Amino acid sequence: MGKNLAEKILQKHSPEEIKKPGQIIPCRVSLVLANDITAPLAGDSFRKMQAPRVFDADKIALVCDHFTPNKDIASAEQVQKVRRFAREMNITHYYEGGNVGVEHALLPELGLVGPGDVVVGADSHTCTYGGLGAFATGMGSTDIAAAMALGETWFKIPETIRVNMNGSLDEFTTSKDLILNLIGRIKVDGALYRALEFAGDTLTELDAEARMTMANMAIEAGGKAGLFPVDQVTLDYCREHGRQGDDFLEPDGQAGYCMQVDMQVSGMPPQIACPHLPDNVAGVDDLEEIKVDQVVLGSCTNGRISDLRQAAHILKDRHVDKNIRLIVLPATPKIYAQALEEGLLEIFLKAGGIIGPPTCGPCLGGHMGILASGETCLATTNRNFKGRMGSLESKVYLGSPYVAAATAVAGRIIPPARV
Amino acid sequence: MHFKGKGHKVGDHIDTDAIIPARCLVTTDPEELGRNCMAGLEENWVSRVNRGDILLGGKNFGCGSSREHAPIAILGAGIPVVIAHSFARIFYRNGFNMGLVLLEGGDEISRLSDGDELEIKALEGKIVNHTTGDTVNSLPVPEFMADILAKGGLINYVREKVA
Ligand code: SF4
Repeated sequence: MGKNLAEKILQKHSPEEIKKPGQIIPCRVSLVLANDITAPLAGDSFRKMQAPRVFDADKIALVCDHFTPNKDIASAEQVQKVRRFAREMNITHYYEGGNVGVEHALLPELGLVGPGDVVVGADSHTCTYGGLGAFATGMGSTDIAAAMALGETWFKIPETIRVNMNGSLDEFTTSKDLILNLIGRIKVDGALYRALEFAGDTLTELDAEARMTMANMAIEAGGKAGLFPVDQVTLDYCREHGRQGDDFLEPDGQAGYCMQVDMQVSGMPPQIACPHLPDNVAGVDDLEEIKVDQVVLGSCTNGRISDLRQAAHILKDRHVDKNIRLIVLPATPKIYAQALEEGLLEIFLKAGGIIGPPTCGPCLGGHMGILASGETCLATTNRNFKGRMGSLESKVYLGSPYVAAATAVAGRIIPPARV
Repeated sequence: MHFKGKGHKVGDHIDTDAIIPARCLVTTDPEELGRNCMAGLEENWVSRVNRGDILLGGKNFGCGSSREHAPIAILGAGIPVVIAHSFARIFYRNGFNMGLVLLEGGDEISRLSDGDELEIKALEGKIVNHTTGDTVNSLPVPEFMADILAKGGLINYVREKVA
């Protein structure tokens, strides 16, 4: 029997022959990632393991993006710990200050992740790199410390759900809407322990950034990974971002899948995930108009240049509603610079937006946009758990950059076509 | 791997923000995290727990972020075992790595109620409910995980490997 994408990639990195899902295999890793929340713990675990050094100082990325610029003394001390660890271990890819961006936007941009790689990160959205054909998955800090020490980890071979997307995207429908729709259908545990593999003719309409947006949210269906095949689109993106030697990657013809999901894309309206789970999804046309207090445009899901362009397309020559705080967080310094050059930041500023630094900001309720009780936010982020962005009595709705911009203008969640 | 304690039931899809909210993530101290265990579900939830008690989760327990602070907070609250319908994948790995025993029981879990006095044989996956006199079977702890637990968690496991 042939192999699906997950099996093909894992086989390349494992000495053991992969026979079936459920099998536990050792696996070499291409890159190990941690951030300012998880790296301090990983460092502690690493020291307790008494490994003299990391397996390869060029294959570890430490990105301090969550609570920076540091919001308080405790978080500053966490970063200090990561910084010391990075210096001591001579870590090449250490990012903070002016170099930092949201990790899952930053690593692809730096060419550190790509086709056929196995990436493990102490962050659940590590699955983002599946958009470029990498088997990438989140783990806890101690698993990551073990990978830093050994250069390998273990995996249970996941079953794979194949998602066939066919048809053409409507004007204001994006890959964010496709993934929200999918999560709404298979639910937050629909892909538990499993990998998602995306296929179908809609792929030709999705650029690398759009694919990463979808892979990013695989975890929101419980998925271990969200995998896209590697085609010319991927290879062009990787070459532009400094990588060499990547190759096409497709599942074998006779590959095994535990389930097939068919999605008809044409005619799908923009989708919204309502509080308090990402699977509580409705088409924006079917929702009553919901008044919001804050709109957040950014994050590892939708903080890339194409996302900012979409929002700017709607916000150009318009102003946000007087009751709205619009927070825009370009996901990396490079995206920030590009948005400046393209005049997007000017559009956001003139519209009355606040432009924040290229970090996670309020996405996880850290800082720079925390919600009070009774407040509602529409965010382009990936999670709307109760209290995720602040008070337990606040609400978060998830949507695309088009919907975010339209909502900011109207002060209520409305379809982008109606602005 | 034998445990005895009172069960405390929580719902389905208990996420890592419920287990330990982001605002508490500025420390890695188990005691301090333990004091805020389940604070995202209910302030002061932990006041009902005695050392050795057992957490009863529903479906997809531990979904959300990869924060290891979640199993640490549960252990810090004095809870050595979580029994759930199912676990989110990252939480599942983290639990064992930290030395928290996780038992997956599927629909059988509905026979365990809040406040039940439970006795657990983890390696066999056997749960005796002393309140109802019932015995509930969960999946036994997989061999590989039992190995890590036996060494006292992943840290010791790796320490032996790099030594
Ligand atoms: S942007 Fe949000 S989801 Fe992404 S890494 Fe940062 S906190 Fe996590």
